[in-house]
Amino acid sequence: MPRVMLKKNPEGKLVFYIAKKDLEEVAESVEFDSSDKWGGEVLLSDGSKYYFEPMDEQPDFPVTLRAIRLDSGD
Amino acid sequence: MAALTREETEALIQEVLEVYPEQARKDRAKHLAVNDQSLEKSNKCITSNRKSQPGVMTIRGCAYAGSFGVVWSPVKDMIHISHGPVGCGQYARGGRRSYYIGITGVNAFVGMDFTSDFQEKDIVFGGDKKLAKIMNEIEELFPLNKGITVQSECPIGLIGDDIEAVAKKANKEIGKPVVPVRCEGFRGVSQSLGHHLANDSIRDWVLDPAENKHNDFVGTPYDVAILGDYNIGGDAWSSRILLEEMGLRVIAQWSGDGTLPEMELTPKVKLNLLHCYRSVNYITRHMEEKYGIPWIEYNFFGPTKIAESLRAIAALFDDKIKEGAERVIARYKAEYEAVIAKYRPRLEGKTVMLFVGGLRPRHTIGAYEDLGMKVIGTGYEFAHNDDYDRTIKEMGNATLLYDDVTGYEFEEFVKKLQPDLIGSGVKEKYIFQKMGFPFRQMHSWDYSGPYHGYDGFAIFARDMDMTLNNPCWKQIKAPWKTEESTNTEVAASA
Ligand code: SF4
Repeated sequence: MPRVMLKKNPEGKLVFYIAKKDLEEVAESVEFDSSDKWGGEVLLSDGSKYYFEPMDEQPDFPVTLRAIRLDSGD
Repeated sequence: MAALTREETEALIQEVLEVYPEQARKDRAKHLAVNDQSLEKSNKCITSNRKSQPGVMTIRGCAYAGSFGVVWSPVKDMIHISHGPVGCGQYARGGRRSYYIGITGVNAFVGMDFTSDFQEKDIVFGGDKKLAKIMNEIEELFPLNKGITVQSECPIGLIGDDIEAVAKKANKEIGKPVVPVRCEGFRGVSQSLGHHLANDSIRDWVLDPAENKHNDFVGTPYDVAILGDYNIGGDAWSSRILLEEMGLRVIAQWSGDGTLPEMELTPKVKLNLLHCYRSVNYITRHMEEKYGIPWIEYNFFGPTKIAESLRAIAALFDDKIKEGAERVIARYKAEYEAVIAKYRPRLEGKTVMLFVGGLRPRHTIGAYEDLGMKVIGTGYEFAHNDDYDRTIKEMGNATLLYDDVTGYEFEEFVKKLQPDLIGSGVKEKYIFQKMGFPFRQMHSWDYSGPYHGYDGFAIFARDMDMTLNNPCWKQIKAPWKTEESTNTEVAASA
């Protein structure tokens, strides 16, 4: 379960950062991304996929959350 | 020499790899690459931040060097104890040329070497008592210090001393921050982990405890901090004046000519400016998350990049700062154009190969290009993927990238590519000079500098010209080995 630092870039897209892996990647899609539900599967632009436990509100970015890695994208 | 094609560069890498045994060849192959600007991500072409192969000559340093030497030692009003045997600190002392203002030994301590000087009995019985005693001595002898850091050398981790406990106790006794850093040299693969550990220690032992301090600080909407500038030869000063001229207020310098109160104030800034991304990105990301401070990377090498960076920084502020940036660029225009007019004709088309730490291999490219020079090979001692991501676009297509280059590889690449100038560290300097290549030491600017900012660019251009066009390079070959003399000899013997 890597710890992921999430922030929004100037274009409003979600940026993923995992310090241990030097992974800095923009998220292509977020499964639930509304004001009352956030999380689920997140697809990164390098093809890898992560899963965040859905939560009832948008987290306050930037924030560090735990994620489960679903697919390395290779 | 004409630029190589992609195939030729690939062939060169294969040729150089040939001498290695199979296992080492496989490993090193991953660290050598031909640049491809079309790639978005560097992990597709190059591997970095891995343990060096035993048996090869690496140019890297250790975690202690990253924490003490790079991040902490320029903080001038604190005393940094090299905790362990005397050698690590003594041999690293004063080589970095991190300039500072202050009276050494009274209120500034950068040029000095403090060590616990471990002896056999300290290893056998532990050094915690000695460390506690040292702190009291420091307080007595140097009462104007603002705090102490304990930089662990290898033996501390091996014998399991509890420096955190000593630090906490000393902190209570002397009432100043005492920062233990677990940066034993054997940790991690290079100095890079030392940066990270130093960043974490700043977070836990400086920023967190200081949250309720400095409540009388009056902020402005234009407060910024310079992060990751170590003031080599005065770099941070020649950067700072540009920022101040455009209307910003620099309230902290990390860590060149920096102080502890400046670090404690940093969470109050509006924007963090990062020069060396590698060594401070961890604490910057922490400040972003915890205090909501945005950050931006900038590059103050060469007028093209300076103007780009000033505009990018200004774009995050109001019109006053935006106008300020334009005013600064306009103000220095005549100056830098004169520098280019003078040196470009002497340097046009010359080629450069670089191998430096974690930022200059990409940041200086623009400055060379401003002088009409081409960087044909570059590499980092301790970069990670995210640094190479940022490098791909800066380098030309089909140029050479080498990560944690070995002594052998570097020499072979140089022999084949025949650059007009090499920029690397002091361990490489004399080898290449003896091989007849003009060389600049790009860690401490070869006793010169500053190179940042418009003022620095003038010095940069002069130094490159002075080195590259020095008449001594024509004298490297013995007179009887030059072509001319062979010809005349042949003619004479005929
Ligand atoms: S590797 Fe260990 S012994 Fe060597 S300089 Fe670094 S801390 Fe000192």
